Amino acid sequence: MRRIISVLMENEPGALSRIVGLFSQRGFNVDSLCVAPTDDASLSRLTIVSHGDDKVIEQITKQVNKLVDVLRVTDLTEGQHVERELMLIKVATRTEQARAEVKRNVDIFRGQVVDVHANNYTIQLTGASDKLDAFSSTIAQYTDIIESSRTGVCGLARGEKALRP
Amino acid sequence: MEMMSGAAMVVRALKDAGVEHVFGYPGGAVLDIYDALFAQDDVKHVLVRHEQAAAHMADGYARSTGKTGTVLVTSGPGATNTLTGIATAYMDSIPMVILSGQVPSMHIGEDAFQETDMVGCSRPIVKHSFLVKRAEDIPTAIAKAYYIANSGRPGPVVVDLPKDIVNIQESHPYHYPEHIHMRSYNPTVKGHGKQIRKAVALLAKAKRPVLYVGGGAIASGADGLVTELAEMLNAPVTCTLMGLGAFSGVHPQFVGMLGMHGTLEANKTMHNADCILALGARFDDRVTNNVEKFCPHATIVHVDIDPASISKTVNAHVPVVGSVDTVVTQVIEHLRNEDLSRQQELLADWWKQIEQWRGRQCLSYQKDSEQIKPQQVIEALYKHTNGDAFVSSDVGQHQMFAALYYPFAKPRRWINSGGLGTMGFGLPAAMGVQFAHPDATSVVVTGDGSIQMNIQELSTCLQYDLPIKVISLNNRALGMVRQWQDMIYKGRHSHSYMDSMPDFVKLAEAYGHVGIKVEHPDQLDEAMKRCFEHKDRLVFMDIAIDQNEHVYPMQIKYGAMDDMRLSKTERT
Repeated sequence: MRRIISVLMENEPGALSRIVGLFSQRGFNVDSLCVAPTDDASLSRLTIVSHGDDKVIEQITKQVNKLVDVLRVTDLTEGQHVERELMLIKVATRTEQARAEVKRNVDIFRGQVVDVHANNYTIQLTGASDKLDAFSSTIAQYTDIIESSRTGVCGLARGEKALRP
Repeated sequence: MEMMSGAAMVVRALKDAGVEHVFGYPGGAVLDIYDALFAQDDVKHVLVRHEQAAAHMADGYARSTGKTGTVLVTSGPGATNTLTGIATAYMDSIPMVILSGQVPSMHIGEDAFQETDMVGCSRPIVKHSFLVKRAEDIPTAIAKAYYIANSGRPGPVVVDLPKDIVNIQESHPYHYPEHIHMRSYNPTVKGHGKQIRKAVALLAKAKRPVLYVGGGAIASGADGLVTELAEMLNAPVTCTLMGLGAFSGVHPQFVGMLGMHGTLEANKTMHNADCILALGARFDDRVTNNVEKFCPHATIVHVDIDPASISKTVNAHVPVVGSVDTVVTQVIEHLRNEDLSRQQELLADWWKQIEQWRGRQCLSYQKDSEQIKPQQVIEALYKHTNGDAFVSSDVGQHQMFAALYYPFAKPRRWINSGGLGTMGFGLPAAMGVQFAHPDATSVVVTGDGSIQMNIQELSTCLQYDLPIKVISLNNRALGMVRQWQDMIYKGRHSHSYMDSMPDFVKLAEAYGHVGIKVEHPDQLDEAMKRCFEHKDRLVFMDIAIDQNEHVYPMQIKYGAMDDMRLSKTERT
């Protein structure tokens, strides 16, 4: 089962490598990983998308929690939450028809064209991961995808729940 | 504030952390630190012959005292040589601090001479690590390292020190923190009240209880409390390989070690129990055998300071996060309100059953052989040390024989590499023990394979006058490998023997020690007596034992805990 694990940790050098190392060392899956400092610059927030049965996920959260640099760990998928991922995708727009289809789909998916070149558009799209997947597979029916880059999921619990030190 | 160099800070911080012994080896990146060591007498340095041994010495020192062991090595090969020792300590949750030199900060990443990324190399086998970047951070990093190493679930901590920050030519203000507070690190020590009540309710009504005691009981100094609890409940007690001595091996309620080479009565008691109280044990694969068939009738109460150890392999019905000493104290307090007066009567059937299993005498062996039996050596060792020695062990058959035939009445007397199974651990560990307990008897039980993995330390033993007794069970083979080859590979002894054994007696003498060779059973007692008469000398006993002896009992793979071979021909 797909899980989104959110980790609050000290923003120290080497802290990220401990998390990444832990996942490979213990054979846990990482589908995506997203990390940046928080509003408090001494803290980093990491969001890991993983999959596994309940026992595996329990071990992941416990093992991550055990790292000395880690303050808090939570499994966002246990409750109501908001998740977002950002994708930049460059698609070929050599023909008038391709340009029109791309523009139409960008509007439907509520994306933005952020760079225009004679032969391609670069599109920015935000949403849950499956929305980004859907856009990629739809656009591929009309034109060629040249390259794409995704941030990985980040998320927050809905309502009053928060991950604070 | 006092001003001093980074190197002086390292040594001063060690002193402030209460360190008395450092096991190490100098080299380019730590020359400044060694210069600072030269100028003082508070911290004693022990010069080893190989850095791996330094880590095992610090480990033996830590296991036998509960204090944190300290290692000091240079960058590159000095640091990487300690990795096996660090992994050994990590697997067995032993508090250790490893100070490693590093190339100067400005050269990190340039593949400089003797550069390795020590923090990276050691990351999967440490509890935590620090790469110190400024001299003024040294005292805090060292203070934190000792605090982390010896709190919560203990473990090794690496402190990597680039050469430029320990420069003896520069001075910086020294401040050693009195208290360490880390917002991200607060181990839970006290058990949750609700969980304690659940555990007590189960224990009070259990008809076939058992206490399954691991290394966590020793780490938290809970041996007295475990005994008190066991006696209140009149419950049988089994210890893991790491837990031996946490409950006296000569106590009538002790049913022996459990697991792969556990006693029949211990494994039977576990398998048939209706309630298992696991105290600081981790349901290791060498204990459980097939987890699908593990103890089908039992409700499991699992007490451990590390939440990640609970329900990792075997699901716990009542998890209790906390240190063994604190939680057992809580349990005892609650049990005082229960009526335990009928405990003898209630468990009468259970004990009757256990006595039947004991009646099989699973540790009996042939005593009238022409050849010396390894079991017989350990029994002779027990006799000649009055059962009161610090016994370090290497890894293999001799380790299991020592664990089974030398009952430990006290904790911290049995020093062995349980989790990692590190050959070469024994001799340096026994040396660490001897440094911590100069007047005690420090013995290493080893084999002809293991001893050769760190035999160079015989030289260190002479330098520091360590009167260690090396009991080497020489079967001219890698016994445990050979046993598995006999059992599983139809006796194809692929590379499990050495054709060119040294003359160990001459070798011991060459290192300046006493060597004694024993070849016949009737020489054993007298030779052992002679060995222990040498109070001030290291004695190397090269004892030729029966090559074909196997360690029994032994669990049968994929079976339940109590599916066991009892000898080459008998099974349960």
